[in-house]
Amino acid sequence: MTAATSTQKIRVVVAKPGLDGHDRGAKIIARALRDAGMEVIYTGLHQTPEQIVETVVQEDADAIGLSILSGAHMTLVPKIVDLLRAQGIDDVVVTVGGTIPADDIPQLKELGVAAVFTPGAPTQAIIDFLVSAVGDREPR
Amino acid sequence: MAKTPASDESPEQQWRKAFEATPERDVPFTTLSGTPVEPLYTEADLPQDSAEQIGLPGQYPFTRGVYPSMYRGRLWTMRQFAGFGSAEETNERFHYLLDHGQTGLSTAFDMPSLMGHDSDSPLSLGEVGREGVAVDTVEDMTTLYKGIDLGEVSVSMTINGPAAIMLAYYVVAAERKGVPPQQLAGTIQADILKEYIAQKEWCFPIDPAMRIMGDMIEWCSQQMPRWHPVSISGYHIREAGSTAAQELAFTLKDGLTYVEQAVERGLDVDDFAPRLSFFFNAQIDFFEEIAKYRAARRIWARELKETFGAKNPKSWLMRFHTQTAGVSLTAQQPLNNVVRTAIEALAGVLGGTQSLHTNSYDEALALPTEDAVRLALRTQQIIADETGVASTIDPLGGSYFVEALTDKIEAEAYEYFNKIDELGGMVAAVKANYPQREIADASYELQQEIDSGRRVVVGVNAYTEGDEEQTPLHRSDPAMERGQVDRLNAVRAGRDSAAAESSLVKLREAAAQEGANLMPLLIDCTRTDASEGEIVQALQDVFGKYTESPVF
Repeated sequence: MTAATSTQKIRVVVAKPGLDGHDRGAKIIARALRDAGMEVIYTGLHQTPEQIVETVVQEDADAIGLSILSGAHMTLVPKIVDLLRAQGIDDVVVTVGGTIPADDIPQLKELGVAAVFTPGAPTQAIIDFLVSAVGDREPR
Repeated sequence: MAKTPASDESPEQQWRKAFEATPERDVPFTTLSGTPVEPLYTEADLPQDSAEQIGLPGQYPFTRGVYPSMYRGRLWTMRQFAGFGSAEETNERFHYLLDHGQTGLSTAFDMPSLMGHDSDSPLSLGEVGREGVAVDTVEDMTTLYKGIDLGEVSVSMTINGPAAIMLAYYVVAAERKGVPPQQLAGTIQADILKEYIAQKEWCFPIDPAMRIMGDMIEWCSQQMPRWHPVSISGYHIREAGSTAAQELAFTLKDGLTYVEQAVERGLDVDDFAPRLSFFFNAQIDFFEEIAKYRAARRIWARELKETFGAKNPKSWLMRFHTQTAGVSLTAQQPLNNVVRTAIEALAGVLGGTQSLHTNSYDEALALPTEDAVRLALRTQQIIADETGVASTIDPLGGSYFVEALTDKIEAEAYEYFNKIDELGGMVAAVKANYPQREIADASYELQQEIDSGRRVVVGVNAYTEGDEEQTPLHRSDPAMERGQVDRLNAVRAGRDSAAAESSLVKLREAAAQEGANLMPLLIDCTRTDASEGEIVQALQDVFGKYTESPVF
C-alpha cells in the first residue's frame, strides 16, 4: 500500500489539447494513475489551451499530462505553458506524451516541461516520475 | 508396474503423453486478444459441417475469399494512404506513388478538415496540414487530384464527420474536369458510428450524423454506381485498443446498422449492399488476424442473405481494405517496425484482402519520409512477387488451427451482437458508451501485460540495447499554414458572396426539414465555393455539436 499512501494526494489533469482524437494512451495513463491512488481529472477530447488551464486552476492540480499525437505539440504546449504563467502558476508539473520527435524534446524542456514520454513508455515510469516530481516541489 | 502396450493408445493419446512429458515455456499461450491457444489442433477441432462452413472461394459463405480466382486473377490493390501539407504537396506525393507502381490513391485529411474547421479557425492553429492534407474549398480538392484521370484511377478518402461535404467537393472537382459522378470510382470512409466509438473526429450529434450518412448512401446508390459510399471500419476500433473479436463485432454491427437504416428509408438492400466495403486492421498476431478476416466474410454473407434477404450474391460479399497496425509500431528501434509491418501485411494477404496499406517504419515518431513510404510499398511488392503466397487461393484454408480460430472469433462476434441488441441496437449502445468501455478495458489489460513484461514487445520491454541511431524524420513546413489561410482568403475574396450565402441559407432550411436529402444542397454550396467550415457551421446551427462524456 506504499504506492497508494505516497500518491493519494496527487491531483493530475490528463488533457487532450487540439483536434487530435487519439485517446488510447491518455485513457490508459488516466486509469493507471487513478489505480496508483492519484486523483485524476480527464478533460476529454478537443480541448483548447484556455480550457485546459481553466481546468488546472479549478481543480488545483499538482501535475498535468498533455497527450498529443497530431504533431501540433510545438504550437499547443508553448501556449499552455504561457497561459499557466499568465495565471501565476509555476509549481504545476507539466508533462507531455505522444508522438514527439526526439529533436523537439530539448525545446519542450526549455519551456518548462518536466518530462516527455514517447510511445512505449511504461505506465509505472510515469507514475514514479510524478510521485517524485510532485514530491520534490516546494511545499505550497 | 506393467507398461501399457503402445497399441492400446490412440496416436493422439500417445502424442498427449509425450507432449506432457516436456515442460512448457513460461509464457502466456494466448493470442494478442487474450484467447487461449492449444498446443495442437487436429481434425477434431473442425466443425461437423466443415465442408459447408469452409466452402470454396467465390461461393457462399465466402470463408475462403470473395472471388473465385482471388490473386490468381488480380493482385490486391496496393494503396498507400498519403496526405500532408497543402493540396499541391500531396498531389506531388500522389504522382510519386503512382510512378512507383501504386495502383490506387488514398487520401489523408488534416485534423481541421476531419473536424469541419476551416484553416483560419482559431481551433486549427498548429494543426493545418500536419497529419494530412488541408482541404477548405473545392479549389483545394481540384488541386489535390491535378493531372490524375479521375475517370480511371480509383480514389479513397478517409473522412467521416464531414464526408458528405468532401464527396460534394470531389463530385464538383470532377465535374469541372468533365468527369460525371457516374464514372467516379473509389471509396469515402463515412463510417460515422466508429467515430463515436473510437476515432473521435465528429461534427454533429449521432442522430443527425446518421441522417447525413443515410442521405449520402441514398444519393450514391442513384448517382455513383462505381462508388463505395462507406468503408465500414474496424481499423480505428483496433487502434483504440480493442481485441480482434471486438474489432470484428463492432465493425460488422455498425455495418448491419447502416443496412438497417437504408432499408428503413425504403431502399432495396440489393441496390446499395454491393457497394458497401470494409476496412480492417492487421495486428501482429498472425493467425488471429487471418481468422478474423475469414470470420468477417462468413458473418456478413450470412447476415445479408439470411437476415436482410439480399438476393444479389454481390450483396453478400464482404470486400475489405487492410492497413497494418499503427499501434504495433514502436518509437524504440524503429527499424524493427519494417519486420512487424511485413508480417502484418502477410496476414492481410493470407486473409484475402482486396487492398492494402503498409505503414512506414518511422510512423511512431512522425509522418513518414518518402524513403520510408517507398520501403513500405516495396514490402507489399516482395510479398506479391517473391514469396509465392499469391500463387494459390487461401493457402491456409482447412488448417485445423485457422479454422478453429475462425469459428471461435465468429462465435465471440455473435455474443457481442446479442449484448448490443439487448442494449437496443448499436446507436443506443454507442450512446450508452458500451463499445467505448469494452475497448478501454481491453486496451488497459493489454498495456498491463506489456508493462509487467508478461507480453514481450521487442525493443520496448526486452532486447532494449542499441537504440542510439537517429532516424531521419519528415518535417512539416511552418509556412504552410499561412499559405493555406491565404488561399482560403483568396477563394472567399474571388467568389460571389451573395450566391454562397444563399446556398448556405437553403442548406440550413433543408437540414431543418425531416426527410429532405442534403446531398444536392451540399453540391450547390460547393459550386458557390462555400468553405467546409461555413457548411459545417450552417448544419451545426440546426443540428448542434457533439460532446463526449469519456469513459476510462
